[in-house]
Amino acid sequence: MTPLLQVSDISKYYGTRLGCRDVSFDLFPGEVMGIVGESGSGKSTLLGCLAGQFAPDTGEVLFDTRGEGARDTLKLSEPERRMLARTDWAFVHQHAREGLRMGVSAGGNVGERLMAVGARHYGDIRDQAIDWLGRVEIAEDRVDDKPTAFSGGMQQRLQIARNLVTGPRLVFMDEPTGGLDVSVQARLLDLLRGLVREMGLSAIIVTHDLAVVRLLADRLMVMKDGHVVETGLTDQVLDDPQHGYTQLLVSSVLQV
Amino acid sequence: MTDNAYNFAYLDEQTKRMIRRAILKGLAVPGYQVPFASREMPMPYGWGTGGVQVSAATLMPEDTLKVIDQGADDTTNAVSIRKFFEKTAGVATTEDTEKATVIQTRHRIPETPLSENQVLVYQVPIPEPLRFLEPRETETRKMHSLEEYGLMHVKLYEDISQHGAIATSYAYPVKVEGRYVMDPSPIPKFDNPKMSNCPAIQLFGAGREQRIYALPPYTKVVSLDFEDHPFDPSKAEHPCNLCGAEDSYLDEVITDDAGGRMFVCSDTDYCRARRDMGHQGAQIAAMEEEAGA
Repeated sequence: MTPLLQVSDISKYYGTRLGCRDVSFDLFPGEVMGIVGESGSGKSTLLGCLAGQFAPDTGEVLFDTRGEGARDTLKLSEPERRMLARTDWAFVHQHAREGLRMGVSAGGNVGERLMAVGARHYGDIRDQAIDWLGRVEIAEDRVDDKPTAFSGGMQQRLQIARNLVTGPRLVFMDEPTGGLDVSVQARLLDLLRGLVREMGLSAIIVTHDLAVVRLLADRLMVMKDGHVVETGLTDQVLDDPQHGYTQLLVSSVLQV
Repeated sequence: MTDNAYNFAYLDEQTKRMIRRAILKGLAVPGYQVPFASREMPMPYGWGTGGVQVSAATLMPEDTLKVIDQGADDTTNAVSIRKFFEKTAGVATTEDTEKATVIQTRHRIPETPLSENQVLVYQVPIPEPLRFLEPRETETRKMHSLEEYGLMHVKLYEDISQHGAIATSYAYPVKVEGRYVMDPSPIPKFDNPKMSNCPAIQLFGAGREQRIYALPPYTKVVSLDFEDHPFDPSKAEHPCNLCGAEDSYLDEVITDDAGGRMFVCSDTDYCRARRDMGHQGAQIAAMEEEAGA
């Protein structure tokens, strides 16, 4: 099987300060990769480099495109990369406000990606928007409400609907459950798990919440000070941590 | 101060050259907003400083100028700008659309079809059609250069979801030659079809925003819409009360505080010409009947 994403030797410096260094991994279709680590460990920098938001200083990111096979996304022209970003990729931000248009109705938010790839039939766009709102458990009668009228959990679910409507193959998530209370988190995770399985999505999830990766991720990468210190199957890493930092991380989780 | 104290058409020759370069670039890339070094004009921003600068750079001594404001030749803005060029350029002026070679307009396209020897200059308040959807100019420029116009349809989507139809009735966004999305200036959408395949040169000047854009003659201009909500160049469903025209854009005029109203052509020259030819609207007919009785 060809990997969907092949990442090799990604390094990113902010001036002389290290963002992340020499990160390599493969992501296969249908696989969910978790990246954990404390604040400042370089996990968001890494995600930004993979998703084309920052240019890393070294390394390459090969993405298996639908038409032309594996291509280095860092060398794509900007129109090509932006096209990829609104068709095959999706990016779920930690704060829903960053990923939504707060002045536009829920239906318009979901429909934007469809219209950006050329949909020009209002009825179809609206039907798809309502269908997707249903899948993320937002009632049909909220379709014309603005996200400002939604709760935090609903905004996050709306952001997910908006991202998945064009049927992407790779989803980047940056702390998708950050700032939500635990019962809302649980439902959101349940939903995400269902969507990932149902659509066969590949995903890269950055989080500092070990419970999130245990539920969602097949594989886990632990980062510290810009380096990857441990990788492996999620259960293996969490149940039998080898690196000192991973041991600290796992033992730091509060037991209720 | 004598009138000779002004250079021809107020602006100095170097400024006019700079503006003409921007106009030529705009004509070469239809619909693209060309930045230019807008000058202070002796009028406030929002009163047509962009249009006046474009007109000044376009006028030749042998030109005949017509200025309209919301279709009318006799409103303050139109009269002032006409007088301004009478004084500073000494060009002939007219109210007759057919006789004019340069027409500066605010918010209308004349009803009389334009011809190949005419230039139509629009006053533009906000040249960026994406402004209210995406406030960052850096981002909107990128969207234009990459042809990312999905957001424009989001605006129309919102209109339909809230009002059941596309409620945008003026400054209705258009796509030029299948490439640039352009703000047609706040003309009513009734006028949008007149922009397409027009024999005259159309120039757009935004003074405060420092942008010029242009449509060369016979450019294809398409109003954006949805397949199931096609573009509809609507107008008030009435004939003109003065000249009886059924095909012209109408102003609604409130005549008393008891619900009385009348509809009249917003293009005053068109209305007058029709009345001179003997056409009569309901109100004129009623008045004549009263006078005869």
